[in-house]
Amino acid sequence: MAKTFFGRVISGGNWTGEAVVSRQGVNTLATFQKSALKNAKEVIVSDQNNPDIFGKNITGKALCLPITIGSTTGGLVIQTICGMGINPAAFLFSEHIDSLAASGIVLANVWENSKVIAIDKLGKEFLETVRTGDKLEIKEDGSVTIL
Amino acid sequence: MDYKMSLTPGQQAILDGKEGEIKALIMQTLVRFGDIFGAKKLVPVTHKDGHLVTSFGIGLLKPLFRTMDRIIAEGVTAQGKLTVDPRPVDYDNVKCNPLEKLVFDKILYSQQQRYEEQLKKVGLKDDNAFTCTCYLDEVGNIPKEGDILSWAESSAVVYANSVLGARCNRNSGMLDLFGSIIGYVPEFGLLTDEGRKATWIVKVVTTKVPEAQILGSAIGMKVMEDVPYVVGLDRFLGNKLNDDVKGYLKDFGAATASNGAVGLYHIDGLTPEAKKYGKSLIVPDAKEYVVDDAELERVCQSYPNMWKKPNAKPTQCFIGCPHLTYKQLCDWTDNIVKGLEANKKKKVAIRTILCASPDVADKFRATEGYQKLIKTGAKLTSICPLMYTNNPLTKGKAIATNSNKLRTYSVSRYYKTADLLDIITGKEGN
Repeated sequence: MAKTFFGRVISGGNWTGEAVVSRQGVNTLATFQKSALKNAKEVIVSDQNNPDIFGKNITGKALCLPITIGSTTGGLVIQTICGMGINPAAFLFSEHIDSLAASGIVLANVWENSKVIAIDKLGKEFLETVRTGDKLEIKEDGSVTIL
Repeated sequence: MDYKMSLTPGQQAILDGKEGEIKALIMQTLVRFGDIFGAKKLVPVTHKDGHLVTSFGIGLLKPLFRTMDRIIAEGVTAQGKLTVDPRPVDYDNVKCNPLEKLVFDKILYSQQQRYEEQLKKVGLKDDNAFTCTCYLDEVGNIPKEGDILSWAESSAVVYANSVLGARCNRNSGMLDLFGSIIGYVPEFGLLTDEGRKATWIVKVVTTKVPEAQILGSAIGMKVMEDVPYVVGLDRFLGNKLNDDVKGYLKDFGAATASNGAVGLYHIDGLTPEAKKYGKSLIVPDAKEYVVDDAELERVCQSYPNMWKKPNAKPTQCFIGCPHLTYKQLCDWTDNIVKGLEANKKKKVAIRTILCASPDVADKFRATEGYQKLIKTGAKLTSICPLMYTNNPLTKGKAIATNSNKLRTYSVSRYYKTADLLDIITGKEGN
């Protein structure tokens, strides 16, 4: 049965697609660095410390996570992957977005004209409910439905 | 653009483009960023010298180079001088084979020279400005207690907040430069008294001084981006911020920030705000985390071994991520020399590379200690070991480190400091 969650829109949009879920904080640099350095066409997660998403393709998917963690290159990394067009289509945060991810989304919007979607404060239950491979429908008002 | 925070007429004029298109875009970025966190206003950066996290001219960072070109074209510069994270390569001291050099020079860091020229044009301090430990005395980018900063580099931010008592959010690359240019940053999070309150009490009940890198890692993984108040550590570290303690806290903080997202910690009886305000810094419903010997061992055992051949013996090691302090460099030299003597060896058993800022390295090179170090076969460099390990050709190497940050971002394997010293000095059984 479909279940809908509501969050705060950081960067809005309408989108339907597949979820990839990390129940722990996503280390941005560790996650994206290998694919970005290889000038890859897709991001295969390279963070050895995150078994939830390690080795998974997250390009064009909805990355569901609590927050991002790690190096303060994080925002620039998100801006870069958005500029390269290999970013997740959406970042869905269960908690308040962290400063590095927020920087990355704003940099991508303002400087790269990226349409990347970002919604935060979706709640703990969202992250407990959503599973990798679930089909999601995201709407401009910040609603996320697990179909 | 729509925004919620209140701007002064001068700030509004910048946003409206009265000082050019680039400054307007920079202001737009800062205001949108601040709005996300409910910042009510922008506050002046009181320590004008910035620190930037991005030091490497990776060709793929096209947005960075493009933005820098636009900033320079409009003649815009930072208001103070800038220090920057370490350079990626140093072929004199960190030898690379021709193929590795090709990858570094032509593929990975093909834009290094261009980027360094850009940095000079926007306000780079000098040619020695490349280090992650800009706050050390030898480097001199040292904020005062209470100063507002526009810095990035997670290890430098957590040090400035916690050990120096300055105020800085965990800014991202680009935002660090933007705040240094405009001279304002949004007021939220670690810039506010409320945001500096501890939401975790960490009780250290170990039987001996915990390895800084493992304790920091354990706390980072547990509290993520929250502020921990650590009790029980002053039993081992004392109540004074001397050189040894500063070195310990540098490594501890780097691990909290890279294995989690900690931007500020308080150490009971030691760090400035904990000394001043004590346990009143802890919020009433703070969560608790108890760290004993078994917990540290559990955390250490949880680190994955990412070597291609997991049972290989290490052939190379990096020490100094973040860069070593002068005291740490002297101590490592003494320990390597003494260890070799005890093991009846003359040269280090594996390729050993110590990393320190250019200013610290220059100071050390003028001493007898440097000659002793070089005689052992160890090398001293000022690169960022993480940048070195970015080279895909290093992935097959069995690289050891006692840095939890380097372990996190590379396939290097973590060793406790004492174990690493045994390996370096060829102690039997290693």
